Amino acid sequence: MTDSTHRLELLRQMILIRRFEEKCAELYTQEKIRGFMHLYNGEEAVAVGVMQVLRPEDAIVTTYREHGHALARGMAPGSIMAEMFGKQEGCSRGRGGSMHLFDKVLRFFGGNAVVGGGMPVAMGLALADKMRNQPHVTCCFFGDGAVAEGEFHECMNLAALWQLPVLWICENNRYAMGTRLDFSHSVTDLAKKASGYGIPAVSVDGMDVLAVEEAAKAAADAVRTGKGPQFLECLTYRFRAHSMYDPELYRGKAEVEEWKKRDPIPALILRIEEGGTKVDLTPIEQSVAKDIEQAIAFAEAGTWEPVEDLTRFVYSEPPR
Amino acid sequence: MTYREAVHSAIRRALQADDRVFLMGEDVGRYGGCYAVSKGLLAEFGPERIRDTPLSESAFTGMGIGAALAGMRPIVEIMTVNFSLLALDQILNNAATLLHMSGGQFNVPLVIRMATGGGRQLAAQHSHSLEGWYAHIPGIRVLTPATLEDAHGMLLTALECPDPVLIFENALLYNMEGELAADAGPVGIENACVRRPGRDVSVITYGMSLWKSLEAARSLAERGIDAEVMDLRTLRPLDDRTLCESVSRTHRALIVDEGWRSGGISAEISARLMEQVFYDLDAPVQRLCGAEVPMPYAAQMERASIPQAATIAAAVEGMVRSHG
Repeated sequence: MTDSTHRLELLRQMILIRRFEEKCAELYTQEKIRGFMHLYNGEEAVAVGVMQVLRPEDAIVTTYREHGHALARGMAPGSIMAEMFGKQEGCSRGRGGSMHLFDKVLRFFGGNAVVGGGMPVAMGLALADKMRNQPHVTCCFFGDGAVAEGEFHECMNLAALWQLPVLWICENNRYAMGTRLDFSHSVTDLAKKASGYGIPAVSVDGMDVLAVEEAAKAAADAVRTGKGPQFLECLTYRFRAHSMYDPELYRGKAEVEEWKKRDPIPALILRIEEGGTKVDLTPIEQSVAKDIEQAIAFAEAGTWEPVEDLTRFVYSEPPR
Repeated sequence: MTYREAVHSAIRRALQADDRVFLMGEDVGRYGGCYAVSKGLLAEFGPERIRDTPLSESAFTGMGIGAALAGMRPIVEIMTVNFSLLALDQILNNAATLLHMSGGQFNVPLVIRMATGGGRQLAAQHSHSLEGWYAHIPGIRVLTPATLEDAHGMLLTALECPDPVLIFENALLYNMEGELAADAGPVGIENACVRRPGRDVSVITYGMSLWKSLEAARSLAERGIDAEVMDLRTLRPLDDRTLCESVSRTHRALIVDEGWRSGGISAEISARLMEQVFYDLDAPVQRLCGAEVPMPYAAQMERASIPQAATIAAAVEGMVRSHG
């Protein structure tokens, strides 16, 4: 793949996530999607950049703001949309919803909606690989909010102590729900907290997909070649509210507008064009629109799991 | 052989039979286990499979979940039930939930063992009986082995189970002597059982209280009361059928539980008996539970906090005499 083809693919993925979620917000107001829904607008460069360097055998553990991770990992948009509609054709049969997307084939171990709660699980996946001498990476996404959790500190220590093959991706969007970084953390340079535990830690511009990809590649290569856990902090920003219920009392419009000037999508277009390739957005937007249209049609056509099945999957079923 | 050795032998046997099995927890290796259950295993199996962890209950319990998701068969040891609360997020929000939340994709074949119970003057942060609490949670199995056979066999069965299993070992039982058959192996974990048949009353209990109840039954027999003693063995799922059969025969039920009374497993059992065998009862179902206090240190206070053979016998006698 040439440089420009690859960059156009990154662009397509980011646009898919952006448009997909814009549609999600619309469908939410139409009450097609219910529950808590957290959008990733503004942060697309993180998921897209990181996912490029992961292989099919690698494992992913993520948070409740995970539509972007799922799409970038290659989960079918229809499967995600059907999940949010609560249909049994959804990736989690409608048992999880927006916050709990799972896909066994993609080794996508879910959106975890307890902040920090996915981190120990990621270490276990990594431990299994290490014990079996598999050169795989477990990639764990979490936000700046998780860094204040006890589990974060337990996991940094243990991952470093046991040299577990985990790639920690801290999506620092500056707010733990509505609490700004400096109201949560005595030390706001979050990478320092990982390096304090002996984990090589790098901070990168999370609005620059190429920078994220490059840093993630270096970190994933280090994990894969037995250099132990690596920590990548991606400095990013969420353009929309925390969830659909958030009136955003905690930040000013000017701040949001300032960050929107760094929108990762136009930033990438500019980079591609600086490299001498003219970007024609029309075919990208058209193909993305078609993907989303099909996803919605798939979700609409989906079926409701019969309530008689309510208590299935509490315990494993004997093989049929 | 002791109960401790029965658990040890099951862990050892599982480690020998299946290279996916490993043991992880605080002081399980170099120290030999807080209650010496895993003594010698580090030397035999090495530090890859007998893993001393930092004091990070949430991290290592969650790590057990992740390893189980990846196809390993981890045994996580948590020193004592009170400490398991530091891992409750992982146990409830992940281990018990992932299979359902993922629409059946991700089962968690994890075994968590922990010590439970009072009676050792360890006061209010080392002595509670929270297994009944855990039995509230759908998605996990809660086992309470009281005998050597169960201490050994339930662990082996738990390791074959595709879903998370919590095993509560009452710490007072570790030194209990008994016999373990040479061919002892996995045992059923679905059913309660009758440890002492009797006609007059069903004493329903588990764990350490089983032995106190059996002692009470012996003394009651001298006074002409024939108590049946039921060992629940498993608190989740509860074996309603075996319990109801017993109570239908004896027409009286006393539930003995070291755990607190309010909202405890004893309340659940009582409700189920009422729902299913109400018209077979000759007397109201009664409960003898742990006193509703944080466990005190002083010996006489602690003794008074937990059902004892004498209080069990008195409760049974009261039921039988007052309701003819």
